[in-house]
Amino acid sequence: MTLVIAAFLLWAAAWWLNVRIANGPGSQTQAAKLGVSAIFGLTLLVMWELIVRGLGVPLVILPPPTMIAERFAGSLPILWADFVQTVVKGALSGYVIGCLAAFGTAILVDRSDFLRRGLMPVGNFVAALPIVGTAPILVMWYGFDWQSKAAVVVVMVFFPMLVNITAGLQETTQMQRDQMKTWAASYWQGLWKLRLPAAMPFVFNGLKISSTLALIGAIVAEFFGSPIVGMGFRISTSVGQLALDMVWAEIVVAAIAGSAFYGVVAFIERKVTFWHPSQRGQ
Amino acid sequence: MRMLGPVLIVVAAIVALWYVACVPMNIHTALTDAERAGVAVSPEGAAVRRDMGAVRLALGNTHVWGDTFAQDKPRLPAPHQVAVELWETTVEKKITSKRSLIFHGWITLSATLVGFVIGSVAGVMLAVGIVHSRAMDMSVMPWAIASQTIPILAIAPMIIVVLNSIGVQGLLPKAIISAYLSFFPVVVGMVKGLRSPSAMQLDQMRTWSASSNQTFWKLRMPASVPYLFASLKIGIAASLVGAIVGELPTGAVRGLGARLLTGSYYGQTIQIWSALFATAILAAALVAIVAGLERVTLKRMGVGR
Repeated sequence: MTLVIAAFLLWAAAWWLNVRIANGPGSQTQAAKLGVSAIFGLTLLVMWELIVRGLGVPLVILPPPTMIAERFAGSLPILWADFVQTVVKGALSGYVIGCLAAFGTAILVDRSDFLRRGLMPVGNFVAALPIVGTAPILVMWYGFDWQSKAAVVVVMVFFPMLVNITAGLQETTQMQRDQMKTWAASYWQGLWKLRLPAAMPFVFNGLKISSTLALIGAIVAEFFGSPIVGMGFRISTSVGQLALDMVWAEIVVAAIAGSAFYGVVAFIERKVTFWHPSQRGQ
Repeated sequence: MRMLGPVLIVVAAIVALWYVACVPMNIHTALTDAERAGVAVSPEGAAVRRDMGAVRLALGNTHVWGDTFAQDKPRLPAPHQVAVELWETTVEKKITSKRSLIFHGWITLSATLVGFVIGSVAGVMLAVGIVHSRAMDMSVMPWAIASQTIPILAIAPMIIVVLNSIGVQGLLPKAIISAYLSFFPVVVGMVKGLRSPSAMQLDQMRTWSASSNQTFWKLRMPASVPYLFASLKIGIAASLVGAIVGELPTGAVRGLGARLLTGSYYGQTIQIWSALFATAILAAALVAIVAGLERVTLKRMGVGR
């Protein structure tokens, strides 16, 4: 019981500290922003640990963070193999194929007014559907290995990418396009020098949405059948064995992979679209 | 009307492509069945055909094309097979029947709606807190944004099993996953909306010596409504995905996700496809309802187009 009380005392102290920093003089600095969110996150972790230990919560319901960290450190080879199978082979290859396919389709749609009026409403519609549901079909077609996961990811990222790239290619004004015409630029020159750069903020928006979708697709597809390696496989079998520390370790891997994936895309975005207002002045 | 023509043509083209794709996808089993029924097929023997390309087989056996559209467990069911299955399992079955898609759809829909309401209400409340307290903003907001980059769906199986082990079953675990998935989009969108009034508008409220409560109800809240609806549309689609995925890991026997899962266990492809279309129709209907509410609300507020 003392541990639980300690947890709430810690919460009060950390919150008081955060309020002081947030309303203090230096609250606009980068250090204060990082510090406040870090204190909040750490407090939650420590409270989790204290409450789970204090109330004696059974391990099959919620293991404490230290135990998850221990399991994480103790099974690095397994986690790494799962990571390679699910993220590198399944999600990344599907992501690349899906984005390239969407890019090619977007160029076609861009060149033909008929396709834009016909395909885009369909694309918008499909982008809102629960495409994860195609996983059982694709697993049946392409087998249990990573190819079927990549296929699910392709289908999942294709439509959001298509919608975003097409919207981005509409971004230029009539005057800018006329200017290119005045310079006797061909379609491809106009695309390469004017419209693609202008489309980049939209393209990266799509790439960032798709990075999360790709991981979700690859993990969920493994629930429908997989070889005996992979994050989705490990999660569903460990849940069956009530080895919740392993499940949490996989979730830590998924969280790291997800934020790293997103971070890399966001970093490239900052380098490529440095001219855009949303990227300046920070 | 100008939009409708091209859309219909594209949809017709997709259906036509689908029919064409059925032939090579199903040709192997169709040939085996035809051979067993005594029809002459060119290369004889399933073992010979196994390694041959599907397109070559299809071109060499044009007389079995009809069979590829009418199999029991095709690799790719033809559109009309899916449509017939959808019709039979929705209209012709009693809705209490275990084989009725409406029965399964309702199981999933109820979890989706409960989760969506919980997630949205909690999301709006957290957003209000974030806008009012700087400390809360700086503590919670980075985590709310970071959590969107994480494949949250991965924890769905665990939530189901853990709640199951403490005796909570049925609708609630799925609803929690749904709530969790719709929570963060609503928080992020609502914070953006509550912050959308410009400095000039906020100064105007101060000129009228409005209290912060009045500013909230008369300026911030109305200004946030368009943002709220945009994130509700994302949230309800995410809720549905959450409810469906929540049905996968425990081998649930009821709900659209369970239809997908049992279909894939027993190779009932027509059942998978009809469940898939049912989820698509459900998702489209839910988003359309929210969009309709949005239009009506914005119109009554005088900002609709």
